[in-house]
Amino acid sequence: MSEIIEANRIDTLFTERADHILSMYFTAGYPNLGDTRKIMKALQDGGADVIEVGIPFSDPVADGPTIQKSNQQALENGMNMKLLFDQLEGMRSEIDIPVLLMGYFNPVMQYGLEKFCAKCQEIGIDGLILPDLPVYEYRKFYKEIFTKYGLHNIYLITPQTSEERIKEIDDHTEGFIYMVSSASTTGAKGAVSEVQEAYFARIQMLRLKNPRLIGFGISNNETFERACRYASGAIIGSAFIDLLEKSDNMEADIKQFVKGIKGN
Amino acid sequence: MEQTISKYAVDEQGYYGKFGGAFIPEMLYPNVEELKEKYLDIIYAPEFQEAFHGLLKDYVGRPTPLYFASRLSEKHGAKIYLKREDLCHTGAHKVNNTVGQILLAQRLGKKKIIAETGAGQHGVATATVCALMGMECIVYMGEVDMARQRPNVERMRILGAEVRPAKSGSRTLKDATNEAMRHWINNPNETHYIIGSVVGPHPYPDMVARFQSVISEEMREQLLLKEGTETPDYVVACVGGGSNAAGAFYHFLDEPEVQLVAVEAAGHGVDSGKSAATTALGRDGVLHGSRTILMQTEDGQVVEPHSISAGLDYPGIGPLHAHLFDSKRGIFLNATDEEAMVAGVELSRLEGIIPAIESAHAIAALGKLTFKPYDVVVLNLSGRGDKDLETYIKWGGY
Repeated sequence: MSEIIEANRIDTLFTERADHILSMYFTAGYPNLGDTRKIMKALQDGGADVIEVGIPFSDPVADGPTIQKSNQQALENGMNMKLLFDQLEGMRSEIDIPVLLMGYFNPVMQYGLEKFCAKCQEIGIDGLILPDLPVYEYRKFYKEIFTKYGLHNIYLITPQTSEERIKEIDDHTEGFIYMVSSASTTGAKGAVSEVQEAYFARIQMLRLKNPRLIGFGISNNETFERACRYASGAIIGSAFIDLLEKSDNMEADIKQFVKGIKGN
Repeated sequence: MEQTISKYAVDEQGYYGKFGGAFIPEMLYPNVEELKEKYLDIIYAPEFQEAFHGLLKDYVGRPTPLYFASRLSEKHGAKIYLKREDLCHTGAHKVNNTVGQILLAQRLGKKKIIAETGAGQHGVATATVCALMGMECIVYMGEVDMARQRPNVERMRILGAEVRPAKSGSRTLKDATNEAMRHWINNPNETHYIIGSVVGPHPYPDMVARFQSVISEEMREQLLLKEGTETPDYVVACVGGGSNAAGAFYHFLDEPEVQLVAVEAAGHGVDSGKSAATTALGRDGVLHGSRTILMQTEDGQVVEPHSISAGLDYPGIGPLHAHLFDSKRGIFLNATDEEAMVAGVELSRLEGIIPAIESAHAIAALGKLTFKPYDVVVLNLSGRGDKDLETYIKWGGY
């Protein structure tokens, strides 16, 4: 058996193009249990560059009301890790763009970390965002396993993260840095404030090695463009969950939403 | 309070064996890191110790008595002492920790306090010290708990605190904790989060245990006077998150001849599906910032516990207790709702003390242990039953 070492799709993306990258988050199993693949396909067709599939959790402490609600609904709908992997099986026949799984650490730990990572590699997942798995724990206990299965672990930084720690994170990050736009839980906020812009500019000046995507509070073309001035792109979650909740023509609405964000 | 090095104490990275750590999102990192860097220097400064012990003495009413319960002793065939934490100001041991943390918050330059509460005892203890220090106080409480603990909601309001309902999830203690954490994420600069138990990310479990350790420090002094020895044969305490048990066990951790008995709430029965007996039902997991034993589904979703006592109604236990369980240093028992209520009335009739229903679980466990007549048993009577009158009345078996 020969192993083919493929470049991680995240790295390929950022090597080819370092601006106006749009990463879209949704919670698996929401609004309906079976929507996962349909949403992913529509996101790609609409022009999204990265997809973040949320693994629902009972206690999402870093999330605001919109994503909390989608997590709860998804669990009530019957979503679980095994089912999610079943749904994602074979996705690479139709999805070419990078796909990340995002969620809290406990469900991953219960599935079994190595088994989880192996499964991710098998179905073509490129990276993970686990906000409550901190840098210290990751490096000490888990990094080796992630690396073995070709998975990037995406770190977050916030306006409160010290410059020293940002540089440490930059040294150990893989793929890109998830730049949280304000001291807050997730959620759409409408506009980007001057304070936020000053923070974006400050980080830009650090000339980090890794590309950055700005998330939390990005919801429309204006906030997306604003973020793109200071980073390689942005991440949208809550605003998209809101759309999914309201939509009665999901595929068309998703494509239109993504096009609207990108301004084309 | 002395700095002690125990093999059961937390290590430098915040672990008790494999449990503990700080599993927090990056948004909380600066606050938790600041606390981790500074807490020991702050709390062992002589000026802090003087302020802390001064308030414990004159405001809380410490030392609390170690009372020889002769009729209870006769019933169980051992020498049973009650550590009277129920006589603390505000009615439970919770205030030991809030006094410590409010002094710490002041020294960190924080202006606002947030807290979570289940039954409302920690909320009241937090609102109390905030009133004392003139600090703004917001307490998160599950909407369901607010309805079943109305008098404590009003006590907090009288004390000037704002009580905010946690409306997400199951709307009980774990959700109140989620909301308090979210509040801290959204307000990182001037706010200190006073966690009420030995749970949460490092250094909280260790910090809260140190503040509560005054309980076992006093036990030793009092036992020496009454029994001529500092060490009992048993220390018995109830465990929800486990702050009163941590305080009662703390200074006995390294003396294996002292049996440490932790009593969890079995609710309707361990296998009834309505229980909070975490070590009997849970497994290794991560919640609220630490790795511990957790009640959860196969898929890793946190299971809603049940106990008649809101203070024990938590799906996890502190990482220190998870380690005591895992290393077999502690004996973990449980008592059902019914057993606890019967024991609460028993103590009322035998000793004229109506215990909090949390503490009644510890009393119920006395009947599950086999004592020798000369065994010295210290039971940590963590709270008084005033807050639980409605539950006693509704139960009605007296």
